[in-house]
Amino acid sequence: MADLSLIAGKSRLPNIHPAALVAAVFLLFYPAFASNFFIFQVGAYTLVLGTIALSLMMLAGYGGMVSLSQLTVAGLAGYLMAILGENSVGVMGLGWPWWLTALTAILAASVFSALIGAISVRTEGIYTIMITLAIAVAFFYFVRQNYVIFNGFTGYAGVEPPVLFGIYWRDPTPFYYLSLAVAAFFFFAVLYGARSTFGLSLQAIRDNPRRMRAIGYDVTLHRIFAYWLAGLIAGTAGVLMVWFNGRISPGSVGVDIVIDILVIAVVGGMRHPIGPFIGALAFVLLENFAIDLIDRERFNTVIGLAFLLVVLFSPDGLLGLWMRIKNALKLKRRTLPESGGGQ
Amino acid sequence: MRKFIERHTFWAIVILLVAGIFLWMIFAVWPDWLVSALGRKKTFVNTFLNGLTLAGLYFLVASGFTLVFGLMRNVNLAHGSMYLLGAYIGYEAAEASGNWFVGLGVAFIAIAVTGILLQVLVFRRMEGDDLRQTLVTIGVSIVAADLMLAVWSGTTYQFAPPEWLFGAAELPIISTIRSSGQEVFIKYPVYRLAVLGVAIAVGIALWLFLNRTRIGMMIRAGVNDRDMLAASGVNVQLVFALVFAIGAGLAGFAGVIGGTALSIAPGEDIRYLLASLVVVIVGGMGSVPGAAIGALLIGLAEQFGLAYFPTYGVVLTFLIMVVVLAVRPQGIMGNS
Amino acid sequence: MITDKRTVIAAAVAAMLAGPAMAQDDSVKMGALATLEGAFTVLGEDSMRGVRMALEEFKYTAGGKKIELITGSSDASPDSAIRATRKLVEQDGVQVLVGPLSGSEGLAVKDYAKTQPNVTFLNGSSAAQDTTLRDPAENFFRFGTEGAQWMAGLGEYVYKEKGYRSIAVLAEDYSFPYTQVFGFLEPFCRLGGEAPADARFWVPIGNKDYSSVIAALPDDVDAIYVALGGADAVNFLTQYEQAGGDLPLVGGSITVDQTVLGSKGRTRDFVIGTPSAGPISDTWDDPKWQAFVEAYKTQFPDGFPSPSLFAHAYYINTKAALLALDEVGGDLSDGGKKYREVLSNLSFETPTGMVKLDERRNAIADIFLTEVSEGPDGNLLNKTIKVIPEVSQTLGVSYDEFLKYGPVSRENPKCG
Repeated sequence: MADLSLIAGKSRLPNIHPAALVAAVFLLFYPAFASNFFIFQVGAYTLVLGTIALSLMMLAGYGGMVSLSQLTVAGLAGYLMAILGENSVGVMGLGWPWWLTALTAILAASVFSALIGAISVRTEGIYTIMITLAIAVAFFYFVRQNYVIFNGFTGYAGVEPPVLFGIYWRDPTPFYYLSLAVAAFFFFAVLYGARSTFGLSLQAIRDNPRRMRAIGYDVTLHRIFAYWLAGLIAGTAGVLMVWFNGRISPGSVGVDIVIDILVIAVVGGMRHPIGPFIGALAFVLLENFAIDLIDRERFNTVIGLAFLLVVLFSPDGLLGLWMRIKNALKLKRRTLPESGGGQ
Repeated sequence: MRKFIERHTFWAIVILLVAGIFLWMIFAVWPDWLVSALGRKKTFVNTFLNGLTLAGLYFLVASGFTLVFGLMRNVNLAHGSMYLLGAYIGYEAAEASGNWFVGLGVAFIAIAVTGILLQVLVFRRMEGDDLRQTLVTIGVSIVAADLMLAVWSGTTYQFAPPEWLFGAAELPIISTIRSSGQEVFIKYPVYRLAVLGVAIAVGIALWLFLNRTRIGMMIRAGVNDRDMLAASGVNVQLVFALVFAIGAGLAGFAGVIGGTALSIAPGEDIRYLLASLVVVIVGGMGSVPGAAIGALLIGLAEQFGLAYFPTYGVVLTFLIMVVVLAVRPQGIMGNS
Repeated sequence: MITDKRTVIAAAVAAMLAGPAMAQDDSVKMGALATLEGAFTVLGEDSMRGVRMALEEFKYTAGGKKIELITGSSDASPDSAIRATRKLVEQDGVQVLVGPLSGSEGLAVKDYAKTQPNVTFLNGSSAAQDTTLRDPAENFFRFGTEGAQWMAGLGEYVYKEKGYRSIAVLAEDYSFPYTQVFGFLEPFCRLGGEAPADARFWVPIGNKDYSSVIAALPDDVDAIYVALGGADAVNFLTQYEQAGGDLPLVGGSITVDQTVLGSKGRTRDFVIGTPSAGPISDTWDDPKWQAFVEAYKTQFPDGFPSPSLFAHAYYINTKAALLALDEVGGDLSDGGKKYREVLSNLSFETPTGMVKLDERRNAIADIFLTEVSEGPDGNLLNKTIKVIPEVSQTLGVSYDEFLKYGPVSRENPKCG
């Protein structure tokens, strides 16, 4: 499915594209001209969802492992914030300081992710999707039934971000910048990590595990490590997610949301770390404004059809579609064939 | 079988012992200490039977799923949607004709045709790209779930099976002996016993089909080595379409069987997809006997969980899955 | 050329990103939030019918202002309810909001209401106790009753009239059934009835196979109290009949309602005589209720045969919102302060009797004790046995006394 174009395509990145510069400036000054609703529920939420999908993109795009339990990993981090930190429900809420809670939550999530990896990477390819889906659903059922730790169906409410430097971090603008910082950090980490020794071996394993094993690589260990890294990303996004919502319940880790994350990553495109964020933006806009345009009732049909169309006709998602259009335009203009960025 | 006993003598003895204890617990009259430890015998025997019959239902759904995977490496995550669609179509047919069996037949045929269409129109175009095929099936299941909700709404549907299938039968198993010396026999729903019977019949039919017919042998050859099958001049596409038809048809068939035992409502697609996933992960992908063993384990675990510790019943199922994956990643009957 | 395009896009983006569109002086923006997607879509649609009925009654004007209705949709999870609410309030700029539909959504919206002191929230049909009982929001009103209130009189009735002394409980394992079980058992146990903890069965919500639970139900009780809803209830009833179960049943508010009795499939004659209680009764012969049902039928020929309790709850809350708007002359310029004062003291006639609020802004209203019976065309419906007048959230005791009972849970109340 993949070739080396990814790596080849990336070597051109240091000479920054003007579009990337425009995007960066836009993102930085976005709160200056957007309303609170657009800063918080569209902007920040896109970044949080995009970061969760980024962890899936990293595993699937570079490692060839489509894990459906990335939202579950994020969910565990979110739950731990409520359990170890403070909540308003009166169950658990051990009251640890926020930094310790967040750190523990993220680390625990990454270990959980590595465990999922350890269970699923021992089987090949397509098993991963099944096993991770089963784990995701199991986690959903478990938290819904467990009252002692996860407070069952009700879940937790009143999970607050800290007040730090005199700033309440759920206010739209601070939370937006917090999400932007986290998203940007992981975006660049994934972007440049893909060219590190580990990133390159992971992609080589994706393309030919047998050969890599023969050369003497520990394929399983590489994959589990990739899961651990993806767990760090998803776990951090999970902390943001619970701060965004202020609450977490089984509905937050339900199978429909699990599928939403997959839809976001696939529709955005799994070839480049920007894909998940594009997918997330499209998803969030659709979620918020579909009701004003069409009957909300058939929202899932729209989402499902969009997903199907992308999978059937543009396997690289919106990103791939954009590349193709760009190449087509270029071809027209110059009438000279050119090796494009996408393929 | 003999080979298994020779190779794993210890495990064979354990399995025989467990089976023996179960049989004794079902047929003997329980002494008081057992009643105080486990509760009434009625609960135990009923739960055991429920586990068996649920396993039958799971086997019906999962056998199609595993068959399709075994031959085509196609993880059909729309399998649950086929179950639900079969149930709805079967319901409409049964209502229109007034005959439950018509519903059963129509569901099988309609979903088999749906399966062939999916195979011919979609999957054939992306052969060899497992991941894309799987993603397509996810997309199909999202859209299908929403459209079914649009057509049949959120209402719960229940079949009216023939009168002789409804109601309870007295089994020749003694529940307790009253102080007057009168024996109390265990009552059990006839329909659920019928489900078990159908599942066993389908299992035997599948086995005969795969082992005793020419096409079955082609399919088995294809499971072992797809390229060789193609090279031997068989029309692989035809075999694929046939297997997909059987696999999908079984899901639709199970929809009516399951919809009669329980009910039809939105969300059942996910439930049975999940059951199929866990059953084949435990039993081994692509193996029909594996699906039977997996279904048995999961069915029993689910029912005993529900009766004896209802809160965590679901978790028991997944514990089995994780243990199997840790010990034998390819599943109990899977090829490594 | 390229710059041209960019300016256009920039202008469009800027227009989109601008703050909430302010309501014009001669109109009031009202939001309505219900589950218009997912498995509860049918219920959400009926809720919206309730909202439209009330608006239609007022010809979409109240206090001299036009009412502009904006709908929002959730999938019954609190997260999605909050996102939809936030959009209605912060983006669309609604000043009055009616909703949401389910219990945990209600708790989430109540929490959100505290961050928007200038917007007035009226509950839809969500029936969790703590939405108004503990830590209520100043600007959240509930003119419908909640899960424990709905059970008023049922425990007493089965103890005194039916003579039941010990009861097994079968319910879904989450807060709404806890509330109902509490509301039912509290009076029942105080009278001396028994429902020991080991005869209470909590099954996961969405469970379809009850056969093993049925096998585990004890024989030595007088009746089984069942608090299951929708498909779960349908499954249980069929399987109980199939297994040859013969104990009498007592139903929760949504266990033997029209969605269950009217489900497609076999008719369940054996539930005839099952007592239950709730905020509405299909066959009440009061002219106000009859008129309400008639209006519903003419306005929505494609709706249910009779308005559901969701349509009823949304109707009452919307009507309260409009009546209060009339009283303040449509004036919300002070951030709705005067408006909420009027709401707090509002008392009006609904199709199911008078309703007024307690000091935590929860309704005090009449509850119907019903029994399943056979209708004229052989269908099953709930016959009114009696009306329990003016049921308060604290079930007749003082607020402090009631708080001592503790929050609802699997073990509350302990009895037997």
